[in-house]
Formats: sequence, C-alpha cells, structure tokens
Amino acid sequence: MHPAGPAAAIIATLWWVLLIGATAIFLLVAGLIAWAWRRPPGEVQERRFVVWLGLAFPLAVLAALLAYGLVIGERLLPRATPDLVEVRAEARQWDWRFGYADAPGRVTENELHIPAGRPVDVAISSADVVHSFWVPRLAGKLDAVPGHVNVLRIEADRPGRYEGLNAEYNGPGYRDHRFTVIAHDAEGWQAFLRGERP
Amino acid sequence: MNALRRHRALSRIWASEPGLRGWFTTVNHTDLGRMFLAVAIFFFIVGGILAMLIRAQLASPRSAFLGPDHYNQIFTMHGTIMMFLFAIPFFEGLAVYLLPKMLGTRDLAFPRLTAYGFWCYVFGGSMMIFALLAGVAPDSGWFMYPPLSSTIGAPGINSDFWLIGITFVEISAISAAVEITVTVLRYRAPGMSLSRMPIFAWYALVTAVMILTGFPPLILGSILLELERAFDMPFFQVAAGGDALLWQHLFWLFGHPEVYIIFLPAAGAISTILPVMARSRLMGYGWVVAAAVSLGVLSFGLWVHHMFTTGIPHMGLAFFSAASTLVAVPTAVQIFAWIGTLSKGRPSLHLPMLWLLAFFATFVIGGLTGVMVAIVPFDWQAHDTYFIVAHLHYVLVGGFVFPMLAALYYWMPHFTGRKTYFKLGNTAFWLIVPGFHGTFLLLHWAGLLGMRRRIDTYESGQGWEAINLIASISGFVMSIGFALVLIDVVINAAVAIRGSRDPWKAGTLEWAMPTPSAPYNFASLPQVTSREPLYDAPDLPVRLARGEGYLGDPSRGRRETLSIEIATGAPRYITIFPGNTVLPMLMSAVTGLFFLGMLLKTYWLVPISAVGVICCALYWTWSLGGTTREGALPVGHGPELLTAGEVADPPGWWGSIFLLLANGTFFGSLLFGYVFLWTIAPNWPPPRYAEPGLDVALAALAGAGLAALGPRLRPGAGLLLLLPGLGGLAWAGIRILTRVPDPTAHAYDATLWVLIGYALLHLAVALVMALFVAARRRAGHVGAIIGGEPRIARLWSDYAVLVSGIAVLAAALPGWLT
Repeated sequence: MHPAGPAAAIIATLWWVLLIGATAIFLLVAGLIAWAWRRPPGEVQERRFVVWLGLAFPLAVLAALLAYGLVIGERLLPRATPDLVEVRAEARQWDWRFGYADAPGRVTENELHIPAGRPVDVAISSADVVHSFWVPRLAGKLDAVPGHVNVLRIEADRPGRYEGLNAEYNGPGYRDHRFTVIAHDAEGWQAFLRGERP
Repeated sequence: MNALRRHRALSRIWASEPGLRGWFTTVNHTDLGRMFLAVAIFFFIVGGILAMLIRAQLASPRSAFLGPDHYNQIFTMHGTIMMFLFAIPFFEGLAVYLLPKMLGTRDLAFPRLTAYGFWCYVFGGSMMIFALLAGVAPDSGWFMYPPLSSTIGAPGINSDFWLIGITFVEISAISAAVEITVTVLRYRAPGMSLSRMPIFAWYALVTAVMILTGFPPLILGSILLELERAFDMPFFQVAAGGDALLWQHLFWLFGHPEVYIIFLPAAGAISTILPVMARSRLMGYGWVVAAAVSLGVLSFGLWVHHMFTTGIPHMGLAFFSAASTLVAVPTAVQIFAWIGTLSKGRPSLHLPMLWLLAFFATFVIGGLTGVMVAIVPFDWQAHDTYFIVAHLHYVLVGGFVFPMLAALYYWMPHFTGRKTYFKLGNTAFWLIVPGFHGTFLLLHWAGLLGMRRRIDTYESGQGWEAINLIASISGFVMSIGFALVLIDVVINAAVAIRGSRDPWKAGTLEWAMPTPSAPYNFASLPQVTSREPLYDAPDLPVRLARGEGYLGDPSRGRRETLSIEIATGAPRYITIFPGNTVLPMLMSAVTGLFFLGMLLKTYWLVPISAVGVICCALYWTWSLGGTTREGALPVGHGPELLTAGEVADPPGWWGSIFLLLANGTFFGSLLFGYVFLWTIAPNWPPPRYAEPGLDVALAALAGAGLAALGPRLRPGAGLLLLLPGLGGLAWAGIRILTRVPDPTAHAYDATLWVLIGYALLHLAVALVMALFVAARRRAGHVGAIIGGEPRIARLWSDYAVLVSGIAVLAAALPGWLT
C-alpha cells in the first residue's frame, strides 16, 4: 500500500474508495439490525425491505462500482504508446530470467532492469509450472502459465529498487521465489543497455 | 390400537439392529444423519488442529517450527478437509437427519443409498487421514493446480491421494444430492404443496441440484489429472497439446458453486431459525425462495473470477466481474428479508440467536470484501494474498460455521430430547467470535501489505509481525472456544434433564414428534394445510401418535411411506422401504478396493473390484419389489393407492433422472474440455486426426437407430434390436480408437480415448440393465412386468445412445471434415 507507480496508485485509490463504501454499508446494516431489534412487534412493509433495500440499493451501488472498476481496468491495460519499453520475464522453479527487446541477447537473473517514468510491458511466461509475476508497489499481478504469454504493463515513477514476488504457490521454494526490479534514470538505463553493470 | 401399542409395532418394523451390528447395517436416516454429523465434526477437529499448526508456524517471523514440506501438506490438507470432508458432509448429515422430519415423511427416498454414501465418505476420508499420518499428504494447495500437482511438480503419491480420495468422497455427495432432490420433490406429507414447503427444504433442494451440476466438473478434472499422472495422457501438459488452464476452468467451474453449496444450507437454517427466535414468520417467503434459486443459477456464471490474473482478455473479465457483483443482489434480498423478519417480531436473545447475530456481523463483512475482489483491478493486487485468505474465512466461517452453530444449538433438544442445561455455550460464543475477528480482520491488512498466502514463514521488518502474532493468539482463543462447544454438546447430550417436545415453539413438522425421535418419525403422516402446521393445530403430535393421519396401521408389517405429486402434494403411491442390511457398507468397501487399486497402481485389483461393485448393485436391485400384485391398498384416508412397484414412475426412475443430470453435466464438461483445448491450448491442432471411414458412420447410425427403437417395442423383440444396436455403437467407438492407438501422443488422442471410453462404459451399463430387467421379467417380478423398471432401463439406454452418438461424432468429425 505504498504505491510507486501509476498502476499501483490507481489501485490504491480504488481500495480507499472500496473501504469507505464498505464501512458505510456495514454500519447501515448494523444500524438496521439494531433498529429491528428495538422496534416493537408489528407488521412492516415487505416491499421496503425486499425490493428497496434488497434489490434496488445493491443494484445501484454495484452498477456504479462496476463501471468505475471497468474504466480503471481499461486504463491499466497495455496499450500502444510511443516511449514503450518491452521486456520478457520467464519464471521457473525457483528463479526468474529477464530479457530485453532493446538489448537482444542480454539476460539477467532475478533482477529486472527498467527505465523509470516510462511504461514497460512485461511479457510473462513459464518454463515449468504456474507462477505469477507481482511487483506490489508498481502494479497488480499476472500469472505465468506454461505455453501462454501474458503481458503486464508496469511503470515506476522514480528510480529505485522494488521488490518483486512470485504470487502463485509453486512448491517448496515458493517463499524465496523473488526478484528485484531496478528502475534506472534515463542515463542509467542507457548504460544498462550498453552492457555496463550499474 | 392405542398410541403405545402402535409405537411398539412401528418400532419393531423400523428399528435398527441392536448393538454394534446396528452401526453397520442401519439404513435409517436418523441414525445415518447423526453418524454423518459426528464424522463431519471429527474432520472439523482434524482440520482445526491443522489450522492451529499453521497459526503456530506463522506466529513469529523466521519460525523453525515446521519446514516447507510439512507446512505445504498442512495447509493443503486444512483446505481440503474443511471443504470436502467437513462442510459438504455436515450439510448432508443435517439434511439427512432433518429433511424427512420437516417434510413429514418417514425416511429419505433411497435409504440404502444414504448408507452407501456415508460409508464412501468414511472410507474416502480415512484414505486422506492415512496420507496425513503417513506424511505423504497432498502438498500442492487445495485447488491442486497442475503442472505443480502433476508428475512434473509432484512425482510422489501425494497428489494421487487427493485425486482418488476426494473422488471417492464425492460419491457420497452425489448420492446424497440425488437422495435429497427426490425426497424433497416426492416424499412430503400429503397436502404439502411446493408453496407450503418448509423454507429449509427449498434451500436443500437448490443445494442438491447445485451439487449434481457443480461436482461433475471437479470429478472429471480429477479423473483427467489422475489419467495424466498414472498413464501419461497429457491433458494438462502444454508440450503435448494439453493446457494447465483447463484444470483451472474445471476446478473453478466446481469451486465457485461450491461456495454457495456451502452457504445456501446455512441460509436455509437461518431462514428457519430466525423467525422462531423473533417470534414471527419469515418475511417474503417467495422472494427468499427466488433469491436462493437465483443464487444457485448465478453461481455457475462466475467461476472465472478466481482466474482474473491468468491473462484472460479484459472484456471477458468484465462479464465475469459483472456476474460476480450481481451475485450480491440475491444475497442482499435474503439479508434484508431477515432483518425485516426481526423487525416484525419480538426477538429474544437465546444462544441460537446470538450465533445468528455473529453471522450477520461476520458474513456482511465477508460479502463486502467479496464485492471488492470482484472488481478486477483490485483483484489484480489482492489475489493470492492474505486479503483473500481473510475474505474467504469471513465468508465460510461467518456464512457456514456460525449459522451451523446456531443450528446445532437450535436442534440439539431435538437430537437429544434434553434441555440445553449447561451454559458453557455462552462462554464459548464469547471466545469464538472475538477470537475469529482477532484472527482474520487484521489479516486483510497484511494481505494489502504484500503478505502472500501459502508462504511457510516470513522475514521480519515488513510490518506484519504484530498482525500475525495477534492473529495466532486470537486463533488459539477461538480454538479453545470450539473445544468448549464440543464439551458442552457432549455434556448436554449425556446428562442434561429431559426437555419438552417443542422448546422453541416452532411451527415446522420436525417438532411434531417425541424427541429423541422414534425410528419411524411419525406414527401416522399428517395432512398439511399451511407452512407451519404446528401453529394451526397445536394438538397435531397427539393426533398423529393416535394414528389419525395416513398409514397409521402397522399391520402390513413393512416400512411404508407415501409418495406425493410434486406440485400439489396429493398422495400418489405407497413406497415400501428396504430393511436393515450390511449391503451398502459392503458395496462401498468394494468400491474402496477399486480406488485403492488405482492409488497403489495394483491394476489387477481394479477390474476385479469393478465386477464386485456390479455384482453388489445387481443383488441390491434384485431384492426390490415382490412377485405378487397387490393392487390398490388402503392408506387411512381418501383413495386407495398402488405400491411403488406397480406404478410407471417409481422412485428409481426419479433417482435415475437426477443421476443422469449429474452424469450429463460430466459429459458436458468433457465436451467443454475438448473444445477448450481445441481453441485455447497452444499446441493445437494435433499433428494428425483420426480418420474413420464410412463404416464407422454407418455402424454408429444403424446402432443408434436400433438401440433407440428396441426399448420401445415388445420386450422380447425389443431386446433383439437393442443388443445389436448397442453393439454397433460400441464397434464404431472401438474402430475410432484403433485410429488413435497411442493415448499418450497428444491431448487430442487422450481426449478421444476418454470420450469413447465414456461411451463404451454407458453402452455396457445399458446392456447390463436391459438384461437385468429381462431376467426380472422371467422371474416374475411385478416391477419389471407392469411397473416402471423397463422405463428406467430405457432411460439409461437412451442416454447411452445419445452420449455414444455425440462422442463418435465429436471424435470423427475433424477427420471427416479435413
């Protein structure tokens, strides 16, 4: 919950909206139960409970929420932009290998180098079982499924090191199946592409 | 005949055998319901102990209490046991015990099937416990994703225990579901139309139909994965044309309905208990029934929300996201109908009501976090973290365990016939509920901080230590609470004072009998005129005991009950139930040998035990019905009725319909898998197709025609057409298999083998049934001559023709087209 990129930041905002909404609804239900408990017995209008509270209320809330979620989801999708960087991530039990479209032949293990401030598309694949690529502070997660390639858009606002995890259980080495994302400034990125170790 | 002599006569007819032998030969639903519940509680304890081991391990960072290999087995088994060996069987046990009593009948539709299902559950569950004790338990997570759970990731026997043991246990789920469906539809008190049915029966009906359509995909997945592991048929191996995602689809196609299969019975219990506690009637009965049905339907449209992170296109996700949020609507209808019910009445704070309040507090939070994770971008962050762990425990514990505790305390006077005298239950409540929230509330936050589920330990300094320590301590407090509940139940069952008949002043029929109930439930069956018969006629129990209802005359000396018209509840025929027998246990033991043969790879055992199962089944059915026509018999009131053996739609016909519903879902899932691999799996199309000639087409067409026509003709001539018809279809299938001789070559070849194998199996079933009915005709069995048995056999042979035709077509079409 310390976002360091646009995708993670959007999702963090979404979370706060969801939390506030959920708390309000929870309090509403709790209040209704307390009211129902104290109310003297007698007939009440069935429509009010079943149709208004049971049908109309959740339908309205959910429709709004769904639309919000859809719009956000569309914004997070990998779409064509001019300054796009493309990298590959291949997971196996239990390490990660990363390749770079801008530096063919270059492979790094358990370290993914990206430029800061530019959108990066990670093409995720697996060499054995199902894994999942997740850099919590930069974006949501996407699975590495054998035989399939999934593309995730990530972006880091600032240079720095970000922890990356495998997020799909994959056997005894699961806990330590991690990697580091190193976001460079423009200069550092060029240096990396030239093959100099930063 | 006075009430006491009637009681003695009926008890002689209905009682289980005395002593230890009675445990193994009983087919009585009261006994079996109690046994189901007891075993389910045993598994709850085992699962709970595993949970405590997990919390002990996670209490502090870098804990060395358990290594990853043990930890992985423990969390896998915790989930597996709680889902498959506790929740579902607990519902089955409650329904088996309660339904006939609530519906005003004397037993479930198929008493021996109840026993068979119970023993399959016990034997299958024992396999899992053995694996746990031997240290070879499954360790790939309770949803067993291949390739990790297949030979690549799990070469040992661990995964086999899961696939084979759970499939064995699922037999009990399917048989209980058939049983419940037929019972609710056909076995109710006369006059109990669908709209007068107790609300719990509606929920049980929806749940049972969901089991029939939700479990087959899982059973199919398990069989395919076991075939891959045992015989290298590559359904999930991408290199040979399989796809790991196929498992995820099949698993969640089961797995999401499963959540509602667990929640709906609990909602049924709430809808029953809450109006009684509030001293009013349920608000919006029709709305609540509609909500339960729509939950059941909707729950099949949202399995993909477990797969938001697998790379499915965003528009596809949007559809499932909408469906997932939509499912909150019928849930809200029920919640607000319950609150409305509370506001109508004067609620009193007995222990069951206390548990219902805990349900509200917990389940509403779980439902709200559920809506959160139904929003796709949020799920991309929260998926597979402790946020999900917390969410699912709020839903399952809040939505199942708490209502079931309410149910336990509500119906305990019925189970034991005693007052709930000792008040340990209240103490337990105040340990369990705060303990639960202490454990799981903060874990939401740990998940958002990046704590992944299923890690065996963690480093300090990530901000999770305090949360985990609090969670572990609270978890142990909760466990102490559950232990107290157990002690409370045992003490109250053993030594509390005798209670009155209807302590809660409820209106449903299960309270219209002395408690603990007699083995025959009702000395005579009531005529029902409303939803709460006891409110209309408080003296009903006495009148029933005096024999003033239906079938109050025990002089025919056999177990009789009434079967009714589905919609109106008008009596239709008399069902005669079988007596005590060891056959169900024997048959499930032989079934167990079949599974054991698969597990230990001693394949000679498999065909032998299959033959054994068939022999048991034939013997089982042979003993049904007599050889003398009885005609219409008096039932106490109204018109005289025929017995089940002499009508066109006996219980077996209805049972077959619903078994075929499950079977058809299985076949449909298989076709789905075939199409899925064809369109989604990377290494398709296969290198070459089976190219069957014209002979296959002709044999299949002619065979289908003959086999469909045969059962519609005179018995003798019909058999003469049916046999070559089935033969022709089988020949067509076998010809196709000769064109794909190696099922390990490609997922295509493997799928063809399963398709054709399924068809051949059903052709064999149709053959055996046709011959069996013919033999019964010869022996003069009434059911085979004037009754519904030929129609049952025809149902199965029609099904065999249908699936063989589709299987041959699906297998041959690609070859013919190219």
